[in-house]
Amino acid sequence: MNYNVDEKGYYGEFGGAFIPEMLYPNVENLRRQYLKIMAEPSFKKEFDQLLKDYVGRPSPLYFAKRLSEKYNTKVYLKREDLNHTGAHKVNNTIGQILMAKRLGKTRIIAETGAGQHGVATATVCALMGMECIVYMGEIDIARQAPNVARMKMLGAEVRPALSGSKTLKDATNEAIRDWINNPVDTHYIIGSAIGPHPYPDMVTRFQSIISEEIKWQLKEKEGRENPDYVVACIGGGSNAAGTFYHFLHEKEVGIIAVEAAGLGVDSGESAATSVLGKMGIIHGCKTLLMQTPDGQITEPYSISAGLDYPGVGPMHAHLYKTGRAEFIAITDDEAMQAGMELSKLEGIIPAIESSHAFAILETRKFRPEDVVVFNLSGRGDKDLDTYIKYFKL
Amino acid sequence: MTAILGTTYSILSTIIMNRIHQKLREDKKLLSIYFTAGYPSLNDTVKIIQDLENNGVDMIEIGLPFSDPLADGPTIQASSTQALKNGMTTSLLFQQLKDIRKSVSIPLILMGYFNPVLQYGVEEFCKKCQEIGIDGLILPDLPLDVYQEDYEAIFKKYGLVNVFLITPQTSDARIREIDEASDGFIYMVSSASVTGSQDGFGNSQETYFGRIAEMNLKNPQVVGFGISNSETFQQATKQAKGAIIGSAFIKFLTQNGVPKIVDFVKGIRK
Ligand SMILES: Cc1ncc(COP(=O)(O)O)c(C=O)c1O
Repeated sequence: MNYNVDEKGYYGEFGGAFIPEMLYPNVENLRRQYLKIMAEPSFKKEFDQLLKDYVGRPSPLYFAKRLSEKYNTKVYLKREDLNHTGAHKVNNTIGQILMAKRLGKTRIIAETGAGQHGVATATVCALMGMECIVYMGEIDIARQAPNVARMKMLGAEVRPALSGSKTLKDATNEAIRDWINNPVDTHYIIGSAIGPHPYPDMVTRFQSIISEEIKWQLKEKEGRENPDYVVACIGGGSNAAGTFYHFLHEKEVGIIAVEAAGLGVDSGESAATSVLGKMGIIHGCKTLLMQTPDGQITEPYSISAGLDYPGVGPMHAHLYKTGRAEFIAITDDEAMQAGMELSKLEGIIPAIESSHAFAILETRKFRPEDVVVFNLSGRGDKDLDTYIKYFKL
Repeated sequence: MTAILGTTYSILSTIIMNRIHQKLREDKKLLSIYFTAGYPSLNDTVKIIQDLENNGVDMIEIGLPFSDPLADGPTIQASSTQALKNGMTTSLLFQQLKDIRKSVSIPLILMGYFNPVLQYGVEEFCKKCQEIGIDGLILPDLPLDVYQEDYEAIFKKYGLVNVFLITPQTSDARIREIDEASDGFIYMVSSASVTGSQDGFGNSQETYFGRIAEMNLKNPQVVGFGISNSETFQQATKQAKGAIIGSAFIKFLTQNGVPKIVDFVKGIRK
């Protein structure tokens, strides 16, 4: 079984590029060029250098001793929260800004939910002196105020998405419309492993540095490259794609994807796409998505803005369909408790998105000798308001 | 009837000429109007279609509302949201249109995004279109290659013309490919924009319209996006066969209501 993208842009039956003709020249140009550009020695050199000196990679692989004791298994945390800008998102934006430069683009657009991808995009635009416009749902602007301020400091313009549910899905629609309106000078830096081919594959490749490092780091610590499990939360699926990438074809590695159940999978307020979704088309990609029987995309819900997306990247839809990955849905409450626990036990305040991943330790049993690597996709600074309200701190 | 069509569609489709083909043969510039089904009110659909035909409109695009219309500007987004709120669904639209051919004879095209069609079932959808007397489909996010590989045979089986878009950024080679794959008309998007984004055509549109005219495509072209009044209609149809008005008509409906449709059409055709 192949879990990577095929030459037509599909993961099994998922993927493709279902885009209006207006987007075709840009997407087609990117499709033709992305692998070639990524393979250029000068590209690789610049990418690696920036990841090292600017982002601070490699990010540590940390053995979480107290968490391991509590759950009687070996828990490792991949510290993407220690990256510059505080999440994994910057791995992708560094890659894509270098790509945009080589494609001759001068104006950058992006969508953002939690604001992490927006900040990571604004950051690389500042670094490269490029114009940056970030679309963000009006509701997310309100619940992620510190990140809005950060983007502004970094010189980006934050445009509110006022349509639909006013969250991530609508910000993505607005970014796509901007690209239709500005086809010549603009590159769209998509923030997750979603969108039309080649985006899911390109984003996955930029994020795959996560699993590349886990391999040699684990070899140093445990004497073996492969853990028993890798675990990551899934919004659109970029941190998970990067965490899983080099283990996809390693049969002995269990893959666990954690989705946001919101108030509960059956509550009507959820973002657990694998359970609630059905094959369809969202943002130019055939994948599992939450929709009405009539094919209207429904509004997801999660306490974490970064997981509040009604679809899932096509690679993950394929991993789900083939049974290669185990999918677990975690509620708001479970995630918040897990966030508090990680803070208390390990001195690390995680992003609420990432907290969803650790929360599985309460219910998913591992053996004492199992090595379980969790991707700690981001830090919790941006979520302090939510933590304060939830725990009445 | 369907069974016969199923096996011998290629012969039959050359015998029974689609209403779109007939209309394109007429010696005049075609005025085509887009509206969102279920807007302003849920049950306005049939009345709007009849009024448009009675006032001399040549062809109608009936918009199937979608929650996430990527290629549409604020006007069509808002009408789609309202139509969905009003309760419009694919089945309901088919229900509303079931007797439309008793009163309307101009070409009718359904325009929408691919996901609702996919969920209805592509073959089921096409079959229903044929039963009703729909002549063609415009599905902007159904790409050419996927159409050819997976759906062309189904569309043809039910006598549906599929309309592709081109834009000022579409390369000549791609335009030729689209021309080859088309069997009706080509939807020429006037400028790099979502619907309803601009007023008036400038030099760049003139150049683009000229470039396409010089290509001598086998399919006639109908211009859409940014046509809002008689002036832009005339500019757009100087070389092209016709033009489609969408956002401007919806704005008009919002402000003036369905009974005033006569004034809108007169304003364009003056
Ligand atoms: C810290 C963090 N983790 C996870 C996500 C979810 O995105 P993805 O599934 O693409 O990794 C986000 C999105 O904003 C995020 O900020």
